Amino acid sequence: MPEVTIKIRAEVGLHARPAATLVDMAKEFECDIRVSHEGNQANAKSILQVLSLGAEKGDEITIATEGDDAEAALERLTELVNQGFELHTNAAGDERDDRL
Amino acid sequence: MNQYQGIGVSRGIAIGPAFRFDETDLDFERHKIDDPDEELKRLQDAIEQTREELIAVEEQTKKAIGADEAALFHAHRAMLEDPELLDEIRRTIRDEHLNAEAALYDASEVYAETLEALESEYLQARAADVRDVINRVLRSLLGEAHAPTEGLDEPSVILSRDLAPSDTALLEPSVVLGFCTTQGGPTSHTAILARGLGIPAIVAADPKVLDIPEETCLILDGSQGKLIAQPGEDVLEEYRQRKVRQNAIFKQARKQAREPAITKDGHRIEVGANIGDVDGAKSALNAGADGVGLLRTEFIYLDRDTLPDEETQYEAYHAILAAMQDRPVILRTLDIGGDKDLPYLELPEEANPFLGVRALRLCMRHTELFKPQLRAALRAGAGHDLKVMFPMVTTVAEVHEAKAMLQTCRAELKDEGRKPSDQIEIGIMVETPAAALMIDQLAEEVDFFSIGTNDLSQYVMVADRTNANVAAMATGFQPAVLRLVRRVIQTAHDHDRWVGMCGELAAEPLAIPILLGLGLDEFSMTPTAIPLAKQIIRSLSATDAQELADEALNLTDAEEVQEFVRNQVPAADIA
Repeated sequence: MPEVTIKIRAEVGLHARPAATLVDMAKEFECDIRVSHEGNQANAKSILQVLSLGAEKGDEITIATEGDDAEAALERLTELVNQGFELHTNAAGDERDDRL
Repeated sequence: MNQYQGIGVSRGIAIGPAFRFDETDLDFERHKIDDPDEELKRLQDAIEQTREELIAVEEQTKKAIGADEAALFHAHRAMLEDPELLDEIRRTIRDEHLNAEAALYDASEVYAETLEALESEYLQARAADVRDVINRVLRSLLGEAHAPTEGLDEPSVILSRDLAPSDTALLEPSVVLGFCTTQGGPTSHTAILARGLGIPAIVAADPKVLDIPEETCLILDGSQGKLIAQPGEDVLEEYRQRKVRQNAIFKQARKQAREPAITKDGHRIEVGANIGDVDGAKSALNAGADGVGLLRTEFIYLDRDTLPDEETQYEAYHAILAAMQDRPVILRTLDIGGDKDLPYLELPEEANPFLGVRALRLCMRHTELFKPQLRAALRAGAGHDLKVMFPMVTTVAEVHEAKAMLQTCRAELKDEGRKPSDQIEIGIMVETPAAALMIDQLAEEVDFFSIGTNDLSQYVMVADRTNANVAAMATGFQPAVLRLVRRVIQTAHDHDRWVGMCGELAAEPLAIPILLGLGLDEFSMTPTAIPLAKQIIRSLSATDAQELADEALNLTDAEEVQEFVRNQVPAADIA
């Protein structure tokens, strides 16, 4: 089962919008995707479970995938987390409300 | 007259009669059902209806506020379609023959309560989002109509226990003058949406506000989180005037956004934008920026797994310069470290990253990082007004070395037959006490200074701005910080160097009169703050501001300073 551990770099942690982006992407894959954080595990396709992890900026999360497109899913999700969950580039993000 | 305190989350003043919005408690019965299939169908229909409602809310929010805010309701839809939640609800209906309302409520409350128990205040606030979505489904199941502003036919101030984000998004600012809730918090989506709509709002107010009868005359001050019921005629008059004044300032600010900021006594003050990419450049122009006072370059480094090459950087800088149409752009070289990390560099962990190898210190140790950036800047700067600024300077030697590196890059480019910019102006960020105290010597090395108040404040106040317990101390309103700012500006002017500020303080309405009085030459801020800052500058005289600043710097703490300006400069009493 492929898995990877990464640090959350999004300024706001795994909050509503980043979580929704993660879940959207997870849903594009057939495979089973789990996100774990400090001993708790979530189905990456469930926003409620992902939010409930309470993952903050700087925390490490582990993503594990299992199934047909497991490798591809892991690669895309890792990229997403590393990009700070922003599909549209705006690293500084100071022009919008970062608490969204 | 009664006064109630809460947390102001959306600025502005509202005056009008009270309108009570009492959420009806969603009463449903808990019972066994005979036909699970039929119950599942009811649930599915209610979910479908809610999905359509949420799409409508999202569309409306996009139109009335913006795409970022609308994305909240995308998250709401993800909650509605949550596979784990739906599995649990369907299982309960099928296996336990529980009715849809109870199954839905039970399964979602587990998540709402889990979120509320989390450490992060922000994630706690997401419980309200879960309940907002679930209540919509419940109301659909129960066939209950829902319109918070039903019966609201004259412009009023809404008093309520809480307002759901999806209800807030649909508020009509012409009828809802303001709202005050006893629950909620500053990180709630309700607060963000209120700001987006420009509706003055208070949350977490004294629960006694719910005892205020309908139609009572109210003043809501969203800037200070104050609600006044049955104000006396004098208070009412005072707030009427404040409101008129504030509205006039906002209106005038919008109208004159693209015109220069000239003080009453004729001093032209530069107001620039802090941006991070080409989209930011467009926002800056729209907001009326005179230039870019701070171009953060971290964005080029962050969205990737490897170091960006020179060509990538050149193209990014070039695009921004082109977008800014000949206006000056100050490029700050890579500011990584402290609270900003680049995983692919695999930098060693430091016990004290704010006091460690960050920004310029890091770049000077990693020339493979620094040189491509300087080369890209020199190339992009040819034919444009591009200035280069080094962050986190502490000693003169650092500036020497950085300049030498820039010179080396220029010579190399020329050897390669390229055409680097020959007269790039060089500046430094003043964000360490060391730099602030060495301006006379640093002035020999550079063309300009830009004060970074976020870091300067935390270093002067010895208060980590990322530590919630002391972050409030690290404000630029501290007289200690302002005194250092005064010293920087005076010394720089003595040496014929201009001084800007790109920290958060520069955008604070209450700080602007002081900074103007201290002689700041350029203010740089997030684009959306520019029109108001310019308008405040236009309302001031530099000479008066000087006296104000002298007095403010003799006060003892940050609160006193803000209170003083609030009283002395009504035009700045906005935020």
